[in-house]
Amino acid sequence: MVEFALPKNSKITGGKSWPKPEGATETREFRIYRWSPDDGKNPSVDTYHVDINDCGPMVLDGLIWIKNHIDPTLSFRRSCREGVCGSCAMNIDGQNTLACTKSMHDVADGGAVKVNPLPHQPVVRDLIPDLTNFYAQYASIEPWLHTTTPTPQKEWKQSKDDREKLDGLYECILCACCSTSCPSYWWNSDRYLGPAALLQANRWVMDSRDEATGERLDNVEDAFRLYRCHTIMNCTKACPKGLNPAKAIANLKLKLVERQS
Amino acid sequence: MSNGSPSNSSIRTALKRVRGLGASGSHATSDFWWQRVTAVGMLLLTVPVIIIVMMLLGRNQAGAGQILGTPVIALIMLLFVVASSWHMKIGMQVVIEDYIHGEKVKLVAILANNFFALAVALASAYAIFKLSSGV
Repeated sequence: MVEFALPKNSKITGGKSWPKPEGATETREFRIYRWSPDDGKNPSVDTYHVDINDCGPMVLDGLIWIKNHIDPTLSFRRSCREGVCGSCAMNIDGQNTLACTKSMHDVADGGAVKVNPLPHQPVVRDLIPDLTNFYAQYASIEPWLHTTTPTPQKEWKQSKDDREKLDGLYECILCACCSTSCPSYWWNSDRYLGPAALLQANRWVMDSRDEATGERLDNVEDAFRLYRCHTIMNCTKACPKGLNPAKAIANLKLKLVERQS
Repeated sequence: MSNGSPSNSSIRTALKRVRGLGASGSHATSDFWWQRVTAVGMLLLTVPVIIIVMMLLGRNQAGAGQILGTPVIALIMLLFVVASSWHMKIGMQVVIEDYIHGEKVKLVAILANNFFALAVALASAYAIFKLSSGV
């Protein structure tokens, strides 16, 4: 059966409360998920206070401030700090999003900013999820141009209209916010490809230059790989880039029905 | 997929695990399609069926037989039985596949679901035939 409760060694216990920074006039409370593979302890939620007059406005700024000023052991991924790389995806205030584009002041009513790793993935340390399976699922849809026609001397041409069909698909940064927000993905991520990989599958199905449309549809035509999507729409709600993976998945289903009759 | 012990599956590559046994093919789309067809069918049939059931209320067997003996009414009831039991079968199978992960238990549950849906459909159809023919 599906596991609805956390395994014993994943239950959150206690946590350290760090003192408020000295001399700070305005602070913001952060409650952050901590877990280390080294000490054999259960995960905990530590409480920190960030001096908001000494810190940028985004949640990522707060995390970096904590790492620099309070606790250098706090671990998280980050790179571009402008919503392009997808590294700092995490669960903030109950919603998967990018820490670098989420303002800590948007978290309701000045309450604590609660930060957890992306849900339902193995945790490597603190806020770092293990996305091996997620990346393998992306690789499985073969996200590159497939052609049989000999490669033209210059380039594969595409009309303006056909290019526009890729809008809303090519912008995906593979942050995994959508897939890890999907209950169907929580229960069946071993076989269900999840919204991110399926959006990418649709991106290549929709590409006018790609000659493997049929094979791509064959590859997702599966009770689990595609049809575990029950149009729950968490993916679309979570996407920090404003994309609509649910619509992309619906388009794949439409194409499969279309070719049946 | 739960084939192989954890130690075996952990030394397989991630791509090997994702590709698994391959795609199951067009019956998956077929199930998806028929779930929608039966849903639309039930949408159209629900109001007539409610009206028929209300007409049957308070009548004895002879009276019920008279109403169900009308070909159009019997046909509506039969169509509703087929659409709803088929829809029930597909829907329940989706729930089983979502939540039951042990391959053996899943197989037994899907088998039981098929038999149950078939039994409900046949029993209902038999009842309609029996009443409508007045035997």
